[in-house]
Amino acid sequence: MRQGNRFKTLLALLASFMTTPSTAMNIIHTEKSLYRNILVYEEDEQRCMSFTRHNRTARQSCQSLDEPDQFVFSYTKMMMGALYLNPHPRNILIVGLGGGVLPTALSRMFPDAGIDVVEIDPAVVKVARQFFGFNPNPNVRVFEEDGRVFVKRAGKSSQRYELIMLDAFDHEYIPEHLLTREFLLEVKTLLTADGVLAANTFSSSRLYHHESTTYQSVFGLFYNLRVELKNRVVLAKMDGLPLRDAIERNANLLEEKLKLLGFGGDWLMPLFSTDRDWNPDARVLTDQYSPSNLLNSAF
Amino acid sequence: MDRFFIFLIAGWSGFFVMAIELLSGRILAPNFGNSIHVWGGVITVFMLALALGYLLGGRWSLYDPSLRRLALILIAGAAAAIPVMLLGDPVLDWVFDLIQDPRYGSLLSATLLFFIPTTLAGMVSPYAVRLLVDQSQLSGHLAGLLYFCSTFGSAAGTLLTSFYLVLYFEINQILTGLIGISLLLGLLTIFPGNSKNASRQSV
Repeated sequence: MRQGNRFKTLLALLASFMTTPSTAMNIIHTEKSLYRNILVYEEDEQRCMSFTRHNRTARQSCQSLDEPDQFVFSYTKMMMGALYLNPHPRNILIVGLGGGVLPTALSRMFPDAGIDVVEIDPAVVKVARQFFGFNPNPNVRVFEEDGRVFVKRAGKSSQRYELIMLDAFDHEYIPEHLLTREFLLEVKTLLTADGVLAANTFSSSRLYHHESTTYQSVFGLFYNLRVELKNRVVLAKMDGLPLRDAIERNANLLEEKLKLLGFGGDWLMPLFSTDRDWNPDARVLTDQYSPSNLLNSAF
Repeated sequence: MDRFFIFLIAGWSGFFVMAIELLSGRILAPNFGNSIHVWGGVITVFMLALALGYLLGGRWSLYDPSLRRLALILIAGAAAAIPVMLLGDPVLDWVFDLIQDPRYGSLLSATLLFFIPTTLAGMVSPYAVRLLVDQSQLSGHLAGLLYFCSTFGSAAGTLLTSFYLVLYFEINQILTGLIGISLLLGLLTIFPGNSKNASRQSV
């Protein structure tokens, strides 16, 4: 009798596990890496990569199953806003791969561009290739190493990029050495004289203020694109921010290409803002002072 | 009073080592990243240095041990950490150019910067055991108390540094504080006439 009850409880427990957390979530792959657990699942006609099971808002990368070329996240769309500052980059560096949405789209738009991607986690590279159609080739090279080490080494050689995209953070963990004034200065030495920086960053905690003053201390004025409260992209240019009509010209130039990704100037243009909505006295993050994860927590 | 200083030095030394070890990861990150292998290099160097320190500290306790000399070990360890602040960047840049692989780069850098101060910190515990023990019956009890102080200090150093100190101070400010407290504690132990009592007790 007791055993029967226990069995029933177990069944009920199992049933609750199977139904409550995910009505239509279909896990298709899991992988443990040195750094995290990688989860690939399909849900609502999308295939997503996530680094944690418990928090589905922490999706790293998603792809529409019907239209895999269309961008799903607003932050990746905002990152493409960098092209409004330079509509035809020939050398591109991307720090942080995820599902490879950005390099895949950029290599399709600019087949002749040289794209270097730095990703610390070999397992992420593997999953991106296997499940997200990421396809390295002679023009799209992947370097499996720490972003800071790559940037420092590239800076010592004569390697320069016309566009650099920083996409190495997620909402759970920030590599703190990739969010300091010194790192951004190293990134800056890698940019050509008219090079463009795009950085996917935070906007929902007090880290927002520190991060803003840090970017400002290195790049001066920047475009600050924000949407849906938690997404924020910083766009800066080495030879100064172009004026609005120059951006609009580039937007028109790119309209057709961006439409293939599922958005256009009507969505992106209004986000271009240079308003300083942060505390200008927030302490700049440096290699000496970089408690980014603590500043990003709620306390 | 002597015992109080012996336990205090052991506890503080534990705090000092773990605070420096946590900061060392920070110090190496700009050149070698903070991947698991960088931490592997750091922890290896600290463990090896402590191992050697235990050996040397125990050995040195054979020759005329005194509280004054224990305080000198503490002071020497603090002094040996000063170059981390003064020479850290040039040493790290030199190693960065010398070695491509960040695993061996971080291993060599951690050795150059942290091996000597950590070895000196490792000497504290066995030397302190020698000062405490005058009856072999009590040796286990006293060694246990000492390990308690030292490891409790390590726990405190780990927690305070990673939870709070990095939130308010720069790395070099924390290092200055750690070194300053070590020097102060060493001098306080030596000067108010404790040295005489110590040698009397240990003979």
